[in-house]
Amino acid sequence: MEIQNAFMVFPWAVALILLPLASALSCFLFPRISRTLGLITSFGTVVSVVGLGWQLLEHGSYRHAVGGWGAPLGIELYADGLSLLMLATTALVGFAISVYSTTYFKPTLAVKFWPIWMCLLAALNALFLSADIFNLYVTLELLGLSAVALTALTGSKEALSGAMRYLLATLLASLAYLLGVALLYHNFGSVDIALLAKLIEASPAVWASLGLMAAGLMLKTALFPLHFWLPPAHGSAPAPVSAVLSALVIKASFYILLRLWFTLFEPLVDSEAINTILGVLGCVAIIWGSIQALRQTRLKLLIAYSTVAQIGYLFLVFPLSASMGSVAWNAVAYLIISHALAKSAMFLSAGNLLFFGGHDRIVDLDRVVQRLPLTATAFALAGVSIMGIPPSGGFIGKWLLLEAAMTQGRWDLVAVMIIGGLLAAAYIFKVIGYTFSPAEVSHEAQSVSASMQWSALLLAVGAILLGFLYVPILSILNISDTTIVSGVGL
Amino acid sequence: MNPANFFALIGIVLFSIGLLGLIINSHLLRKILAINIMGSGVFLVLVALARRTENMPADPVPHAMVITGIVVAISATALALTLMLRVASETGHATLPDEVEE
Amino acid sequence: MNRKTLLLVLLLPLLLTLTAGLGYAVLSLPEQPQYLPKLVIDNINESGVSHPVTAVLLNFRGYDTLLELVVLLLALLAVWSLNMPAAEDKTSPNLVLDILTRLLTPVLILVTAYLLWIGAHAPGGAFQAGSVLAASGVLLLLGGYRISDKLTGLPLRIILMAGPSVFILIAVLTLLLEGQLLKYPTAQAGLLIVIIETVATISIGATLAALFLGARPIATNRATASEKNMDQGSEKDGEHK
Repeated sequence: MEIQNAFMVFPWAVALILLPLASALSCFLFPRISRTLGLITSFGTVVSVVGLGWQLLEHGSYRHAVGGWGAPLGIELYADGLSLLMLATTALVGFAISVYSTTYFKPTLAVKFWPIWMCLLAALNALFLSADIFNLYVTLELLGLSAVALTALTGSKEALSGAMRYLLATLLASLAYLLGVALLYHNFGSVDIALLAKLIEASPAVWASLGLMAAGLMLKTALFPLHFWLPPAHGSAPAPVSAVLSALVIKASFYILLRLWFTLFEPLVDSEAINTILGVLGCVAIIWGSIQALRQTRLKLLIAYSTVAQIGYLFLVFPLSASMGSVAWNAVAYLIISHALAKSAMFLSAGNLLFFGGHDRIVDLDRVVQRLPLTATAFALAGVSIMGIPPSGGFIGKWLLLEAAMTQGRWDLVAVMIIGGLLAAAYIFKVIGYTFSPAEVSHEAQSVSASMQWSALLLAVGAILLGFLYVPILSILNISDTTIVSGVGL
Repeated sequence: MNPANFFALIGIVLFSIGLLGLIINSHLLRKILAINIMGSGVFLVLVALARRTENMPADPVPHAMVITGIVVAISATALALTLMLRVASETGHATLPDEVEE
Repeated sequence: MNRKTLLLVLLLPLLLTLTAGLGYAVLSLPEQPQYLPKLVIDNINESGVSHPVTAVLLNFRGYDTLLELVVLLLALLAVWSLNMPAAEDKTSPNLVLDILTRLLTPVLILVTAYLLWIGAHAPGGAFQAGSVLAASGVLLLLGGYRISDKLTGLPLRIILMAGPSVFILIAVLTLLLEGQLLKYPTAQAGLLIVIIETVATISIGATLAALFLGARPIATNRATASEKNMDQGSEKDGEHK
């Protein structure tokens, strides 16, 4: 009983932020044990998320006033159902990536990887828990700089150029976001999300803030046509880093966009025009991204373009949230978590293939099915979720989106989603086909460690399992302290 | 016009000039400089509007935000410059691959 | 050149509209809301310092400052991970630079200490002092001074991470003792802020100077050994053709 009480009152949310930060500093100080420290910390975040989840289920949403000063003077941390789902995804995917990275990196790269990876993890957790738009800016910068540093880790020409382009894009986006924050602050006198939500009303300055912040966040989320930085960066980073970038980093800026759109800018965003534009951009992203994925000869670039396409699906929540809002909302949450699990599994599998054969040319994937069965299975299962075939998390997400579109009579969106699904099937089966066939020239194989193979496989299995967890996940999503506004449950 | 608004407008103009410079220029150093100009513009907006009301002391919160922002901008610029130097030494040009200058 | 002028012609009207729109937004801002500055003044006596900006930076919004210290250190980690080659400059420094450096360094250190101390009741504080300290570091680096080989390993790392570490340590302590993150007990608030600022100043100065240098300082007899390590490690690190 004592232990249970202690478990309940322990500040798990704060631990989620402080633990990786402390670990990053320790990894920097003691590089020899950085691998062990990183792995333990990653496991610690999983435990903390479980603790936080338990707290939320018992007491509803959680607020923590940092410094003892509540908003508007201080900064507040806030956790509700959506934050919990994002934090849980981060913890699980983060743990799998940590396990993968214990054997992936050679020692000289590993000592550089672990401290920066811990900073990235801390940034993600701090971001999902923040309830203050300026604090979000600082966490976005921490996230962006860590991501860029990890992208450039291998030091190859492509990685350095990809990282440079990524850095410039992310800095531009952050500055646009910050200008939006500046205008909002000087308009209303606070940077706390809950307080601003009560004060906001449409005015030119607020429209300007919305435009700036949305543009910045869309650039960070790589929505077409602001996706130009993604394929070079995700395609040339080391495999575990590509996994983190596609699975978690892009979702962080999208999460902020969702929060701001539906909580803060709520009075402004009922406009047909804006929702239509976002819907169109989402559709173009789905079609164009999938076609580009089909055209790639290198596996990692194929997976990167697939991410561009999947982001398009996420942006369909905006046109579909007008009425029947909660269905679209649930769909988006489901798509985010299943894409995170499936895409990271795909990138880790690609990493295994690269390690194994020394290259990632799709046509030369020499009978991988026989030689790396676990990896091939992981890729196939992840592909099932990306294509949206039952049973999988991806299927549920896409099905919910289709349902929302059909009930609102948006047959154009239904058509785009179906075409997108067919194109996804095309590029996934293309890869799977080549894993069965022998290459023209046989390659010497390097053995891939068990932790690398199993972490990829378990993530992919997770994506499939999400297909069975519909009810528990939706009940978690409903934990929130804002009331239902215009049909969108938050 | 209120001096605060005047400086804030200058901040906005700097933001736009920086944005133009970022897109137009192909040399990485100029892009990095453009980002810094944009940053200075945003900070100017934050600080200038902190003293809009006459006869009242300036609002300290935007000042603290700008101090944080400056530190973040320095960190980002340092990383950007080092990346630029590495890109230049690996590829021979201080530009992004598809924008090689003649 | 043609591409540039074409881009310019397309972009200029768009950017002019953007500027005009943002300018209009700024001019249309209502009266400045006063309750946050008023809250700062009302609570300043419990914050441990008497200058409002320092109070906001180190107490009311101290969590942002903690994260930004980590961002600064992360930038250094990132720069070091890029393996910049050390500048091979064998020429002795310019005489004027050398003499000025020797004269200015103690002065700059004194200014650092002054700015750090005065931050409690006038403009100043850890970041300002740290920047001046970094400036003196840059002068020394330009003059060809480098830290001795013995200090390039653990001692350097300790100096660099001391600032964020002490801040996090205090954060953890306040969490455990007061139940809320970074809630300084009112009586000790001033002391805690001075401790954080002092250690942070040293770390900030060292980090900024190290960022200026770019290359990671490696003791010369260890340089050859680590080159051998890097040779072994550079194959199969996710490289692809």
